[in-house]
Amino acid sequence: MSHGNMNLTLKIWRQKSDKEKGKLVTYPVQDISPDMSFLEMFDVLNEQLITKGEEPIAFDHDCREGICGMCSMFINGRPHGPKRGVTTCQLHMRSFKNGDTIVVEPWRAAAFPVIKDLTVDRSAFDRIISKGGFISVNTGNAQDANNIPIPKTDADAAFNAAACIGCGACVATCKNSSAMLFVSAKISQLALLPQGKVEATARVKNMVAQMDEEGFGNCTNTGACEIECPKGISLENIARMNREFYVANIKS
Amino acid sequence: MSSTSGKMMQSSIGKKLLMGLTGLFLVSFLIVHCLLNSFIFFNDGGLLFNQGAKFMATNPIIRAMEYVLFLGLIIHMLQALILTMQNNKARPVKYVMQGNEANSKWYSRSMGLLGTLLLLFLIIHLAHFWVKSRFTGLPGEDANGNENLYAVMQDVFHIWWVVVIYVAGVISLAYHLLHGFQSAFQTLGWNHPKYTPTIKKIGMFFSIIISLIFALMPICIYFGCIK
Ligand code: HEM
Ligand code: SF4
Ligand code: FES
Repeated sequence: MSHGNMNLTLKIWRQKSDKEKGKLVTYPVQDISPDMSFLEMFDVLNEQLITKGEEPIAFDHDCREGICGMCSMFINGRPHGPKRGVTTCQLHMRSFKNGDTIVVEPWRAAAFPVIKDLTVDRSAFDRIISKGGFISVNTGNAQDANNIPIPKTDADAAFNAAACIGCGACVATCKNSSAMLFVSAKISQLALLPQGKVEATARVKNMVAQMDEEGFGNCTNTGACEIECPKGISLENIARMNREFYVANIKS
Repeated sequence: MSSTSGKMMQSSIGKKLLMGLTGLFLVSFLIVHCLLNSFIFFNDGGLLFNQGAKFMATNPIIRAMEYVLFLGLIIHMLQALILTMQNNKARPVKYVMQGNEANSKWYSRSMGLLGTLLLLFLIIHLAHFWVKSRFTGLPGEDANGNENLYAVMQDVFHIWWVVVIYVAGVISLAYHLLHGFQSAFQTLGWNHPKYTPTIKKIGMFFSIIISLIFALMPICIYFGCIK
């Protein structure tokens, strides 16, 4: 990393725990390569902090290739930073200019309490999934694929919805901290396919009820989630969930 | 999988459904209101307008709809209040830096503010016209022997700051509808790649045109284009 050529000022949210108040702390970093990812820049900073005997900054990450959804960072007012269609681990430092000041905060929502620094507890999503984000039919032996014809458009829409990685950027950016984009993606990926239709009625009612229970806000269709979602989940899914929800409530 | 038996109208989506339905109902009222008031543009000293106003004031169906209209407005505002309070609670700690201008329109994020401005305007507006025509009485009759609501309009719109308040009210309406019209369809679950672009265009066209027509009424009277 000797040929790094960016100097930046980071303002990072430090918070010891859920119970304590947090604040922005300023950290200058030097010699950052423009080809580093945002997380690698954090690794450099944390090594410096450890060397100095300071507490490193807690942040979530796992795959570092845009598939696990862990790397939650609210960068300069936007989830996963200024670029569209990427997670924080996919964000390169060349997206910033030498000398920039970068503010990094955790996802902020009542349903996502801060654990420490930039890490938040997203188990609210798990609890929503546990209410119906699955199919409970016994599948038995795999049958001939052509037994259940699925229109290409449905297959594509289900596949696109299934691309959701549960990162929570939609909640983080939404002015209402609404989880509608996430929940609608999880409902759509199953509602569009014959295997999922069996339990569609109970699924949408249960998952929406859990979503409300967790204290996420109410969608006002600003569309911010769709723009910030790293996987391009579209608002059409929310409309589909609304339809599913109305039909389910009419049926039972 | 067994199903929860929650009450639909107490869920977030149910409340939004009520918002959307009442919002669209209020839009339908706006269309009638705008058409009728446009009679003043015939520039006939308000004769046609007063005729229309008489029909609205005496027709029993319209009379009954007035109650439905107020009910709709009250439900719309009540749901707006409940939803907004819940939304504020959903983010107790605010961001130090929030970059929403990069991902959404300011007016889509300001529906509560725009709605509150609309409400303030509505109170002034009702005090000007509705209270007079319904309760305190109108100043005499026109040449056709109809109650002269038009004379009230002439009176009210000759005060410059009243015109300013009306234009400001109508601008709030324009922005409220610019987001609200298409948003209601999304809430109802009508999002389709083939039709949504058209719905958005109609919404934009409608919001701008209806607001322009409404704004022209006080402006034209103030500047004497309509006598
Ligand atoms: C003539 C008067 C009005 C009309 C035509 C109207 C129309 C609409 C429409 C069509 C929507 C979209 C609903 C949806 O997204 O499903 C909406 C949303 C909204 N309205 Fe109104 N509205 C009016 C008055 C008011 C007033 C007086 C208030 C507040 C006191 C208000 C507050 C709101 C709020 C906060 C929303 C956003 C709710 C959401 O999107 O979830 N509106 N309105
Ligand atoms: S919908 Fe998009 S932003 Fe929301 S959790 Fe899924 S991948 Fe993340
Ligand atoms: S670390 Fe897995 S998506 Fe970023």
